[in-house]
Amino acid sequence: MRARVENLLLHVGGLSELALATVRLTFRRPFERRALMIQLDQIGVRSMSIVVITAAFIGMVLALQTAYSLEDFGGKLLVGKVVSLSLVRELAPVLMALMVGGRVGAGMTAELGTMKVTEQIDALRALATNPVRKLVVPRVIATTLMLPVLTVIAILVGTLGGMLIAVVQLHLGANYYVRSVVTTIEYNDLASGVGKTFFFGFVIALIACYNGMRTSGGADGVGRATTATVVTGAISVLILDFFLTKLFMSLA
Amino acid sequence: MSRADDMLEIASPGGVERRSQVRDVFLEFRGIHKSYGPKHVLRGADLRVFRGEVLVILGGSGSGKSVTLRHILGLERPDSGRVLVDGEDITDLPEEQLYRVRMKFGMLFQAGALFDSITVAENIAFPVVEHTSIRGAELQRLIDEMLGLVDLPHAGPLMPVDLSGGMRKRVGLARAIVLGPKVILYDEPTTGLDPVTAQRINELIVDLQAKLKVTSIVVTHDIQSAFHVGDRIAFLEEGTFQWVGTMEEARRSNNPALLEFLRTSNVAAARPIEAAGHEVRNGS
Repeated sequence: MRARVENLLLHVGGLSELALATVRLTFRRPFERRALMIQLDQIGVRSMSIVVITAAFIGMVLALQTAYSLEDFGGKLLVGKVVSLSLVRELAPVLMALMVGGRVGAGMTAELGTMKVTEQIDALRALATNPVRKLVVPRVIATTLMLPVLTVIAILVGTLGGMLIAVVQLHLGANYYVRSVVTTIEYNDLASGVGKTFFFGFVIALIACYNGMRTSGGADGVGRATTATVVTGAISVLILDFFLTKLFMSLA
Repeated sequence: MSRADDMLEIASPGGVERRSQVRDVFLEFRGIHKSYGPKHVLRGADLRVFRGEVLVILGGSGSGKSVTLRHILGLERPDSGRVLVDGEDITDLPEEQLYRVRMKFGMLFQAGALFDSITVAENIAFPVVEHTSIRGAELQRLIDEMLGLVDLPHAGPLMPVDLSGGMRKRVGLARAIVLGPKVILYDEPTTGLDPVTAQRINELIVDLQAKLKVTSIVVTHDIQSAFHVGDRIAFLEEGTFQWVGTMEEARRSNNPALLEFLRTSNVAAARPIEAAGHEVRNGS
């Protein structure tokens, strides 16, 4: 038990250290522009398909469930309100963090982990290059910037998915649906929902890079590190979501 | 001493003699201890490496050879003891300041440790782009020169995954020397290679030593390679350097641990190479 607590504290310490180094190096020259562009493409553009598919189906199923569960209270008419509000405040940010986090986080840990076990990270250090600046900073910046963008796209696609069900199956007017969405969503909801994702992106990339950089033990080690990233990343997002939601509510 | 005296001393045979007696220490280990969990790898290792020599660190698997090399670069920090590089104590230097020290070294990692997302040419260019303002045609000329030195003139556009083990090591070597380091560190340069390729790597090490006039530290358990490339041997066992001396002294040594290692490492096969080693040293 004691060893586990010690281990946990060591990881928290290591992560904090990496977070500090990352933030410090983000604002110091030279800036790795090319590496950042590659990561923005990798994390943003290439996640587009899973974002669109996930968001469309979540929007559609949300519309169905809302109409069904609130049928006795005139649920049909509330579909636009419920779908958009759930997506903006909670579902799009968290689901995108989990989906994109799983995809991107696992990829980062596997890549950096392989670099670690094949001594490429040591080679960087031996060539007098800071691996945090070269590898971690571009990944953390790119994820922190791209997750909010992907979330906004998910909100739009999800709302449209909900509209499809509202119009085709529930026979509501598209105009009515859009109006109920627009009148429901306030600036506050968007700020809270999308605001959270900056933190999610930062934490996901940080955990992924941390696990990658401390990988040991060959292919087996890379596998273990990747699993750890997916699990720790998902749990961290869910826990962080609760506290950030409370924080944003108290700020509102 | 005046500059003229200095030159005179170098020019006269006696001066050369004296210089070789009072040898210039480039690197020093003082009582290095290092443990990984319960495993006590280095147990008070003491070592001196002289400027301009090829020191071979010889020892069995798990004796701490690679760990020693990592301490030289500051990639690992000792639990106790001091590491001195070029007269500077680097033991407690923060990582940021170690980068300056590492610029003096070029390291060939065991499997080359090439960056596998970029081409061979980009790998060699990497340290140049990181640390100098050399670009364009001049950079290309430098890459070509390095590829020529390691005898891979057309490998530039290839990806590391397309290379064989021996080629990876040679590219790794080209990347290690591109900025003109004072010291080249070799981690098991011949391990995992067939005898012919291993011999080519050995020749490359001797060749580079003659061309670049650097200090080299070669970690190996390959006795043939050790006798081919080395000026001196440091024999590492049970976490300390049990025996240090020239190749000639090693052959005549009575140290039981070293004798046992030489005997079990098939010295019979090493004999012809010993002769070859002589030839090369005499010739260079």
